[in-house]
Amino acid sequence: MTHYLLRRLIIAIPSLLGISIVLFTVLALAPGDPFDELATNPAVPPEVRAALRAKFGLDDPVYLRYLHWLTAMLQGDWGFSFASRVDADTLILQRLPTTLFVIGSAQILSLLIALPVGVYAATRPYSIFDQIANTLAFVGFSLPTFFTGLLFILVFSIYLDWLPFVYSDVTATGWRWYWEHLRQALMPIAVLGLFQGASMTRYVRSSVLDMIRLDHVTTARSKGLPEGTVVVKHVVRNAMIPVVTLVALQMPIVFGGAIVTEQIFRIPGIGSLLISAILANDTPVIMAVTFVFACLVIFFNLIADVLYGWLDPRIAYR
Amino acid sequence: MNEKELRGLIDDVKIGKLSRRSFVSRMVALGLTAPLASQMLTYAGVAQAQTKSTYKPTKRGGGGALKVLWWQGATLLNPHFAVGTKDQEGSRIFYEPLAGWDPNGNLVPMLAAEIPNLEDGTLAKDGMSVTWKLKKNVVWHDGKPFTADDCVFTWEYARDPATATYTISTYQEVTVEKIDSHTIRVKFQKPTPFWADAFVGTRGMIIPKHLFEAYKGAASRDAPTNLKPVGTGPYKFVDFKPGDMVRGELNPNYHEPNRPYFDTIEMKGGGDAVSAARAVIQTGEYDYAWNMQVEDEILLRMEKGGKGRAEITQGGNIEYIAVNFTDPWTEVDGERASIKTKHPSLSDPAVRQALALLVDRKSVQEHIYGRTGVATGNFVNGPERFRSPNTKWEFNIEKANQVLEEAGWKRGTDGIRAKDGKKLKFVYQTSINAPRQKTQAIVKQACQKAGIDLELKSVTASVFFSSDVANPDTYTKFFCDIEMYTTTMVQPDPEQFMLQFLTVEVATKENKWQGRNITRWRNEEYDKLHRAGQGELDPVKRAALFIKMNDMVCNDNAVIPVVYRPRVAAISTKLQASISGWDNDLWNLRDWYRDA
Amino acid sequence: MAGSTLVSPTASAQARAAGRKHVSPWREAWRRFRRHRLAVVSVVVLGLMVLLVLFGPLIWRVPVNEIDFSAKLQGPSWQHPLGTDDLGQDLLARMLYGGRISLAVGLAAMTVAILVGVVIGAIAGISRGGVDAALMWLTDLFLSLPQLPLLLLVIYLFRDKLKDIAGPEFGMFVLIVIVIGGFRWMPVARLVRAQFFSLREKEFVEAARALGASTPRLVVRHILPNALGPVIVAGTIDVAAAIIAESTLSFLGLGFPPDIPTWGRILFDAKDNIDFAPHWVLAPGIAIFLAVLTINFIGDGLRDALDPRKVM
Repeated sequence: MTHYLLRRLIIAIPSLLGISIVLFTVLALAPGDPFDELATNPAVPPEVRAALRAKFGLDDPVYLRYLHWLTAMLQGDWGFSFASRVDADTLILQRLPTTLFVIGSAQILSLLIALPVGVYAATRPYSIFDQIANTLAFVGFSLPTFFTGLLFILVFSIYLDWLPFVYSDVTATGWRWYWEHLRQALMPIAVLGLFQGASMTRYVRSSVLDMIRLDHVTTARSKGLPEGTVVVKHVVRNAMIPVVTLVALQMPIVFGGAIVTEQIFRIPGIGSLLISAILANDTPVIMAVTFVFACLVIFFNLIADVLYGWLDPRIAYR
Repeated sequence: MNEKELRGLIDDVKIGKLSRRSFVSRMVALGLTAPLASQMLTYAGVAQAQTKSTYKPTKRGGGGALKVLWWQGATLLNPHFAVGTKDQEGSRIFYEPLAGWDPNGNLVPMLAAEIPNLEDGTLAKDGMSVTWKLKKNVVWHDGKPFTADDCVFTWEYARDPATATYTISTYQEVTVEKIDSHTIRVKFQKPTPFWADAFVGTRGMIIPKHLFEAYKGAASRDAPTNLKPVGTGPYKFVDFKPGDMVRGELNPNYHEPNRPYFDTIEMKGGGDAVSAARAVIQTGEYDYAWNMQVEDEILLRMEKGGKGRAEITQGGNIEYIAVNFTDPWTEVDGERASIKTKHPSLSDPAVRQALALLVDRKSVQEHIYGRTGVATGNFVNGPERFRSPNTKWEFNIEKANQVLEEAGWKRGTDGIRAKDGKKLKFVYQTSINAPRQKTQAIVKQACQKAGIDLELKSVTASVFFSSDVANPDTYTKFFCDIEMYTTTMVQPDPEQFMLQFLTVEVATKENKWQGRNITRWRNEEYDKLHRAGQGELDPVKRAALFIKMNDMVCNDNAVIPVVYRPRVAAISTKLQASISGWDNDLWNLRDWYRDA
Repeated sequence: MAGSTLVSPTASAQARAAGRKHVSPWREAWRRFRRHRLAVVSVVVLGLMVLLVLFGPLIWRVPVNEIDFSAKLQGPSWQHPLGTDDLGQDLLARMLYGGRISLAVGLAAMTVAILVGVVIGAIAGISRGGVDAALMWLTDLFLSLPQLPLLLLVIYLFRDKLKDIAGPEFGMFVLIVIVIGGFRWMPVARLVRAQFFSLREKEFVEAARALGASTPRLVVRHILPNALGPVIVAGTIDVAAAIIAESTLSFLGLGFPPDIPTWGRILFDAKDNIDFAPHWVLAPGIAIFLAVLTINFIGDGLRDALDPRKVM
């Protein structure tokens, strides 16, 4: 096991390097120029743009720029934003707490819905509860978040006037600070959590249903174990493999943010930072965000691989 | 409208027959800018109108929080790096220029004690210099006094190519000297009719010497003040999160009495225009939202709630269709739409005329833009008595058919007109934006009825408006037959705006498509007029020249104007704010207040 | 506990299945499929939807882009059964016309995502070691690529080339399907791989291996059918996601021209008018929901039909 972990961690380094090369190349080749606005402004002479390009080293060949980026990154320098003239890590750190709070809560909400509903629905397949849960789940992931978000805003902010829909700095202090934060985060968390919860419910139900039919479960039942114990010990644990896989896939997003939902509620998260950096062709910021994201992808997928062995001890690591 | 008529109008204003305001709006309708119109009056000796302040509060502060929404958040707060309006507006909370432009194109002193004028000689008769007297007893937010040195430094800072400011062209050609601690003189290299550029409006914000001195030139990117501004404005800096939030608080030492009214200001960024409109007009969560690119229908329905309204301000933006005079489908020396080619069908004036007849501007205005886009057949679209009969617009499918028929474009079996084997099939491109796609649909339908087939193409805005040399879909490359976008006249003077039809400005591969002339329309007489306009000191003569240039472009249908697009903002019913189309939205933030 | 599983997979069921195999495996599958009533209903409904979008425009002959401002934002009526949009265009005609693209894109992109995901996941899951590591590296890479710049790059590199080769419409279709499918296979691959890890150690697989089954046969006959559960769920989610994704792509200039009314596009255009023209959002919303629902039930039915363990 330790040997396996060690080997995987060692493999992770070249694979991260490889990913960073691909990322950098894609960004370098993608159309766009960070100083576009200067070029289209009739009042700015081209020399200014040339000076800026030179200042930010944009005229070097791609491989030189990559090497430059890599050495800086290894020294802990994440790059310097063209658009904001500030270090990329400052920008990311500014937005990290909000992202972790909102997207993280949404993920937790989705699991809180998906696990009980999915398991319960699967133990009573085709019952009324199952049918209703399924239908709601289908509605949940058929409707995109840009749509449900707007619906929530119309109902809760405009007609009922209960919740604010612009996620902003909270100036209140004391307990009101928490209260205001909660109020403004409620809708985005719900929109995102329900959307993810809907699909997660389907996965949970499906994998529990698969397990429940297996013979070791029948055996456990025939041994006279109480139904609850059977479901939890023999079914759910085995059925968790797909769920763990999916959760591991979702975890990096807690860092990466959700672009659409952030846009709708004006959440200053990393998703909106990334999208505005992309639209402004602010390569150092895009590179910093996606690289951290890539690290998290690799890390959490590794965790998932380790967890498989814990969930099903017969899985051998060779 | 020639010079004589212009002078007649100015005389009318002098004797009070014509109001100053309607003179200005007529000039704007003629394709000029309000500041230029106002300058003509000043030059003719009509005193600059004293803009009456309607500011009511009698004490500083006490107004609570002012919350404004900018759906594109500011990314940096140095006014001389502020390429986009979002950054300029963010900077304008903290920094001030010597003077700003009011909605009628009048100069309003900010850090200047008064506006330079001919009478007391602060404005040189030969057009070679202008002297500004600065306001005394102004302090920066950190307590240091504001003096002429700061103005001189701002000039040095902005003109240095190594600093790479976007305002460089304003400051490069002038020299600024200090006369005394509160007087400066701006000197021009040649007689300059439009003198109010340096230190004025959007491009004129003054930065403190003592904080930026160490960061001039190559070190400019490291200045901490790029993100933590220290200015003279009504609000002091508190906090800034790029792309998200700018916060400020009342400046207790502000140099105007009883101002500002609000205790704090919060500029929130991000999101989209429609929901920004909702937050101001429907829920009242915010007081003001910038740049409402929202369909008027939706705005009108929101306004029924009574919490806010759309504020519409005249400016110089025109949505128009550009016609390609070169052939985008043939490569010459490895270049598409090369200046060596001629468009097979669009070079025929009849086809261009037919196209102009097929743009149903009335429907576009009524059903798409509403108040946010006023139909115009021309850059020149004045009141009835100034409208020249050759430049009026109409929508007439029959006439278009007739024009094409007479020019020899006959319908083929597929219903598409052709002549000499060349079919009237065009690719019509624009950026992705709901009203534009709807306009495309309207034009396409009309063209179908006249035997012209349009293929609609839309390019994502971040590509369309980029200057990427490698990408074929940018608007400056114009590798299609017709394209539509809004040209913005952000400068208060039309000289730069009119560059876009000069022969030397043609966008080609050689200049990496950086030329401003997108249509590749060329006309020697136009070039001559523009040259004359650059050195013409008499603003009236100059205005006449610009009007004539406008006429030339429009009568030849080199561009087909669709709608004027005024600036639209959402504003809460109680907020009192003056918005100018010739300056930043926040140009007069010091006077903003809320009715009780 | 999985480790304490005592009995091999239902011997009787296997024997029965094996016994019928000689008769006709396809007929057996069909019999099982028929037993899933909802699946059968779904086939009918989905079939109807496909027929409607294929032949509907021939019957409902209102042009999709006929602008009529006098009739804008009208609710359902005899003249416009689904109402009109803000340009007065007939929504039924638009739904029918756009449905072809939406359904085709949804189904094709889902197929691409599932196929690629299953193949990569299965190979990684069964082979371990270097092959597994390499394939998972690929998966991680695709997971970490930022979509927007990559899409812009794809448009820029391939749009015109594909247009030349396959014609503007079909070339665009292929590109969209590849792009959407290409960004959605990774979860499927990881799910299938995880299922394989667990299944390949199960007794029935061991038994089959002991009986001398070749690896491909092991995978196709024994492991894969048992790993299909999450794949089917992923499939239905992907259909919905692809229909929506198509509409967002057209904002990047990659989708079909914006004047082509696909379902996702109609939904997007309608959203800001939801408070006063709810009929406009209802049509595409329900259509997407129905497509997702039916495809899911068909998937369930198919799994039941192919699952060797399920006793019916």
